[in-house]
Amino acid sequence: MRAFLELYTQQFKTTFAAMLQYRASLAIWIIGQVLEPLVYLVVWSVVSGSQGGQVGGFTTAEFAAYFLALMLVNHITYTWIMWEYEYRVREGSLSFALLRPVHPIHSDVADNVSSKVITLPGMLLVAALLALIFRPSVTVLPWALVAALPALALAFLLRFLLEWTLALAAFWTTRVSAFNQLYFVALLFLSGQIAPLSLMPAWIQTIASIFPFRWMISFPVELLLGRLTPREALVGFAAQAIWIALGLGLIRLVWRAGVRVYSAVGA
Amino acid sequence: MSLLRLLWIFFRVGVMGELAYRVNFIVRLFQSLLELGTALAGLAVVFAYTDNLGGWRPDEIVALVGVYFLVGGLIGLVIQPSMEAFIESVREGTLDFTLTKPEDAQLLVSLRDVEIWELIDVILGFGVLTVALVRLGEQVGAGQAAVFAVMLLAGAAIVYSFWLMLATLSFWFVRVENILVIFQSMYEAGRWPISLYPGWLRFGLTFLVPVAFAVTVPAEALTGRLDTTTLLGALALAALLLLGSRLFWRAGLRRYSGASA
Repeated sequence: MRAFLELYTQQFKTTFAAMLQYRASLAIWIIGQVLEPLVYLVVWSVVSGSQGGQVGGFTTAEFAAYFLALMLVNHITYTWIMWEYEYRVREGSLSFALLRPVHPIHSDVADNVSSKVITLPGMLLVAALLALIFRPSVTVLPWALVAALPALALAFLLRFLLEWTLALAAFWTTRVSAFNQLYFVALLFLSGQIAPLSLMPAWIQTIASIFPFRWMISFPVELLLGRLTPREALVGFAAQAIWIALGLGLIRLVWRAGVRVYSAVGA
Repeated sequence: MSLLRLLWIFFRVGVMGELAYRVNFIVRLFQSLLELGTALAGLAVVFAYTDNLGGWRPDEIVALVGVYFLVGGLIGLVIQPSMEAFIESVREGTLDFTLTKPEDAQLLVSLRDVEIWELIDVILGFGVLTVALVRLGEQVGAGQAAVFAVMLLAGAAIVYSFWLMLATLSFWFVRVENILVIFQSMYEAGRWPISLYPGWLRFGLTFLVPVAFAVTVPAEALTGRLDTTTLLGALALAALLLLGSRLFWRAGLRRYSGASA
């Protein structure tokens, strides 16, 4: 455990310094991360405005709160690993990571957390500015706000495990872009990015709840907005725990099989 | 017309380069269909709750999505790959070879790379647009179609000049690709009518990143929403930007000294 702690301390020092070098790129990435929820926020505000100020249990101000919370949760749980792995395998840079005595996932976790630490203040500032413009309204439930924190941490872990596992597809094919796109479309509809899940058709809600999609993004958002009962929250935590357990098992299997077929395409 | 002749040559080179990788066609077709399906399914979700969005009926928005794909395909076909290759060549110093060729250098760098699979998006966009117009049952007269074509050209000229000016910045700054990423993410906002957005965002999408002229204005022309002021404004802006980007390009070129030489 102590060795683990030391490992992460060192990783954070180096990745934090490395990420600071990419400030401009990080700032530009933020624009993309802000714009998408902003577009749907505007679209649903217009819809709710034309329907007398309320649609599917959301008022215009509640839509604003939903999409701003979604923007933050999406940013915190976001990973870019699915694009990076293809490059690592193709260029053979993964070979160096394999020589190290620790699993390569740890440096990726450190990378991801460092970039979030650097960008989160900017993201919060943007969210605050947008809040001034769109005037969101939230029903504050203290217990739900407290519960949202572990939900967010588990959502991050779940999404990281899932996307890291999917990224390993790069071991078997160098054409991962189509595969990645398929995943992101699923994410768009099933994690509440296009619209709150409760506005989606029932069968989509069912799929979103069976698969990990809802628990990676939508669930912490729903908690933050105080839209869940304590019972529903417990179900959510259970779903997150089950999927994280499954994810840990899956990542081991896929990683072992993948490393075996890896031959460093570019090397 | 040396422009069309050069475009044809580079297009043939692009075809020859890509025909070696025919599976790419299937993959790209799949990706384009997926993207189109996503856009249409997104519209279905929204229109389950309303029958018009800021005054646009469902089929009119579908027509807008068609224009979005059409224009996005045209940008991806030649403007974006050429400009990216140009930025790279300034950094690597290989622009020298382009400058020695007996054609206008701006023309050469603007057409040098053709990403032929983007034609899939152009064709899909055109198909969606046609289906939407048929469903609208509107008689698109010759006049309206002509205005649409002119607005499409003006939009393309505006977007092209914008990209050229950003890419020309690479004569001064080493890393400008990041700015181009901004255009990519802002362009996505053009899938919806610009008029939906609040004023400050509309301004940004019109003048800072000219998405409005590329997608919304041509779509307005087709659905009979375009007023004369916007029409003339788009034409004037296109002319102004073409001229401005040309001057800027020449100023940049004077500064170029061959990075690797």
